[in-house]
Amino acid sequence: MPRPGLVLDVDSSTPPILFHHGEGFALEKLPPGRSRVIYPAEPQAGLKDTDAAIRHALEHPLGDSQPLSSLLFAGMKLTICFDDLSLPLPMMKRPDVRQRIIEAVLDTAAAAGVDDVELIAALALHRRMTEDELRHAVGDRVYDAFAPSGRLYNHDAEDPDGMLEIGTTDHGEVVEINKRAATSDLIVYVNINLVAMDGGWKSTATGLSGYRSLKHHHNVHTMQNSTSFMDRHKSELHHSNWRMGKVLKDSDVKIFQIETTLNNDTFGTPSLGTGTPLSMLSKREWEWTAKDRAMFMGVQAGLKRMPARAKRAAFNSWQAPYAVTSVQAGEVEAVHESTLEHVFSQHLVPVEGQTDVLTMGLPYICPYNVNSTMNPILVMCLGLGYFFNLYRGKPLVRQGGVLIMRHPTPWEFNPVHHPSYIDFFEQVLADTTDPVEIEKKYEKQFAEDEWYRHLYRTSYAYHGVHPFYMWYWGSHALQHLGKVVIVGGDPKAVRRLGFAPASTMQDALEIASDVVGPAPTITHVHNPPILMADVT
Amino acid sequence: MKALEFSRKPARYAAAMIAGAIRPGGGAAVGPLRLRDLDRPELPDDNWITLRPRLAGICGSDLSTIDGHSSRYFEPIVSFPFVPGHEVVADLDDGSRAVVIPVLHCEIRGIDPVCSACAAGQINRCERIAFGHLEPGLQTGFCCDTGGGWSEFMVAHPSQLVPVPDQLSDEAAVMVEPAACAVHAARAAAATLDGRSGPVAVIGAGTLGLLTIAALDVRNDVLVGARYPHQRRLAVALGATSVVAPDELANAVRLATGSLRYGGTHDGGQLTGGAAAVIDCVGSEASLADALAMVAPGGTILVVGMPATTTLDLTGLWHREVALRGVYAYDRADFDAAVDLVGAQDLGRLVSATYPLARYTDAIAHAAEAGRRGAVKVAFDLRDEKERNRS
Repeated sequence: MPRPGLVLDVDSSTPPILFHHGEGFALEKLPPGRSRVIYPAEPQAGLKDTDAAIRHALEHPLGDSQPLSSLLFAGMKLTICFDDLSLPLPMMKRPDVRQRIIEAVLDTAAAAGVDDVELIAALALHRRMTEDELRHAVGDRVYDAFAPSGRLYNHDAEDPDGMLEIGTTDHGEVVEINKRAATSDLIVYVNINLVAMDGGWKSTATGLSGYRSLKHHHNVHTMQNSTSFMDRHKSELHHSNWRMGKVLKDSDVKIFQIETTLNNDTFGTPSLGTGTPLSMLSKREWEWTAKDRAMFMGVQAGLKRMPARAKRAAFNSWQAPYAVTSVQAGEVEAVHESTLEHVFSQHLVPVEGQTDVLTMGLPYICPYNVNSTMNPILVMCLGLGYFFNLYRGKPLVRQGGVLIMRHPTPWEFNPVHHPSYIDFFEQVLADTTDPVEIEKKYEKQFAEDEWYRHLYRTSYAYHGVHPFYMWYWGSHALQHLGKVVIVGGDPKAVRRLGFAPASTMQDALEIASDVVGPAPTITHVHNPPILMADVT
Repeated sequence: MKALEFSRKPARYAAAMIAGAIRPGGGAAVGPLRLRDLDRPELPDDNWITLRPRLAGICGSDLSTIDGHSSRYFEPIVSFPFVPGHEVVADLDDGSRAVVIPVLHCEIRGIDPVCSACAAGQINRCERIAFGHLEPGLQTGFCCDTGGGWSEFMVAHPSQLVPVPDQLSDEAAVMVEPAACAVHAARAAAATLDGRSGPVAVIGAGTLGLLTIAALDVRNDVLVGARYPHQRRLAVALGATSVVAPDELANAVRLATGSLRYGGTHDGGQLTGGAAAVIDCVGSEASLADALAMVAPGGTILVVGMPATTTLDLTGLWHREVALRGVYAYDRADFDAAVDLVGAQDLGRLVSATYPLARYTDAIAHAAEAGRRGAVKVAFDLRDEKERNRS
């Protein structure tokens, strides 16, 4: 039986605590008597027979949906859409659950005589997936059967002939999605619900949409009113997507949603038979064995000696031994409610009260730098966007408190993947870090820029507007926090973000004391593996 | 009198080239520039007068000369030994102050009739700068007959003098000459644009770049590439619309013009569109190449910073019908406008440090690394020199 999450009060006997630090790690001693550490729950056991669970879900749908087999018929137009490379993080070991589901759907379609089938990576304004990335997600068999004939491809939100306006919500939000999907007799959407933000109507209303629709909810106002965007019922981001979902539901677009949940076995767990050399990263430090400590020291020593490029390659090649914990299919909202229960049962850790200072160690990866570089804007988004918002109830840190993050934050960008990020960092953030002003003054220009559009459509670039969304993702935290400090970052890059650089955790706490006083309470989120604080 | 003199000494010149290549400004210690006791310069004729410099700026062209980087183009239009210093505010015998228009054109050289350029008032284009009753010298500060501002005394023709209004400090006044260059460049840019929309790009935010930004009187957005934080702050304060790192300027132009690129993903490659006018206030091989990459088809590159022997791929210039135009010095009207500009924009604040002549190696080193050291203009301060005050 996996142990639930834990809140540990730090005392003088507590060993140093692990912080992720980009492509590396650090151990930090937290002040005893006023610090606590939130540990994630141990990984839940996976489904015993995932393929059987998939087949069962397809034929026993939730909500008012018919079984998949009865929705399929010869001569129909079927489009299978699937979450892109931003999920899961890190990528899961083969076979990816998307592959298993797509193969099951294709088998069912073949049995029904369906031959007009196309597969679309629902990447919205993310970068296109490469052949290797697509193969990993859907498997070689599916890729070889569909890609060469052009029936497996990346969604293109800037294709003037490839999008279709479905309607407008009662809030005036334009709903526009991929035309092939919209004009199909059935969309089968294949999701991986890694965190509570994913899935539901966000799959189709966001994943298959473009700037015309996204701008209605990917904006500062929405994000500042999503408390948090990991809590669907208190998330304006989700309210907007659900309104768009209603427009889709009321139109002729028919969707069969398949959602999956994974456990949080990011680094391997010996008791589940998935142990790896990095398994100690999931353990609580006082439970590290001599072997764990030796392994950690060895890893640290090795990382120190490794050239930067080799280190990045090593981290990017990591594949998590995630297990599938649930599969549900059918009507979008019913499916998603069930999905959220599974997500919360793995991630939620009850926490009492807020803290003055929240600390976190940011890892090497976020949804937007898979096989790429974690640039400073993504550091901001991961810390102030994703990690800060991994709460239900209220933020872990009090209003006006301080966030201390550990990450090297190099002034480094991948020019192929993140061209508009470079200009955003060099031009926009040099002018202002205020999300409202940034949105007003610069968003349209970047969003409609032809060169970014060209690179998004023909190369492997995130859309021109994407860095804005990263900044907006952190706008709730920016509004809430009194100060942000980055430990071990490039001071120039950290200052450009509008944050304070510190070389040590001690310095960071000293800087924080200007805002929260000399002996603040401190809470460290021991993430990853992923956890979500249920703060009362 | 004390003066810094630059003589023709090939061995020292070679040493300066090496020292200057190792460390900017390094040529001052080993090159042909020396602090000497010299006789006061003689008046070329009865019309000329003696000036006592108060402040004399150190210009990029001076630094180029001291570090042995100047083009051999200058050989026939300078005369050795000369006392450098052409950015000068000086005392006159009547107790007033004046700034010097250093161009040694026909009238000053006693040439009558004057050349066609001088007749048109374009003294910066004078065709007789190596002729007449003065030895060759394109400007005061490069002519052996006139002396220069880096000394206690120099001589000037009355037509070279522009009175300094009382409200202008010496620091502001010493900025008038470089500001006149900037006014001339800004006028050239406005003429080039001729009402065309789109941004103007300014490469470089040293003294000349900052002054040009201050002088630009156009409706267009002004995008600036500036290396150092103080340059960024000043560029914005002086009117730049947007200031970015030098290697990001082409991207800023691309974004502002909605241009695409030929080749490359984010960096490098040629913009398909670009800025209608690019003002290169650096004049290096790299800055000229950058200018060519970001100028619009049919656009103009104004070379304001002094260039030297350069290797450039001009295929794009040919293919995109780009004009490459030099912008040198000023005419009298530019100078008068510069006096107003310096006062209106408080440009005396750009004087970051002053040195006595005796510390000339420190002064040259500071000027040569002004950007890195958080400075803009470095000048010699002659107000406390003893002999000057005895006379």
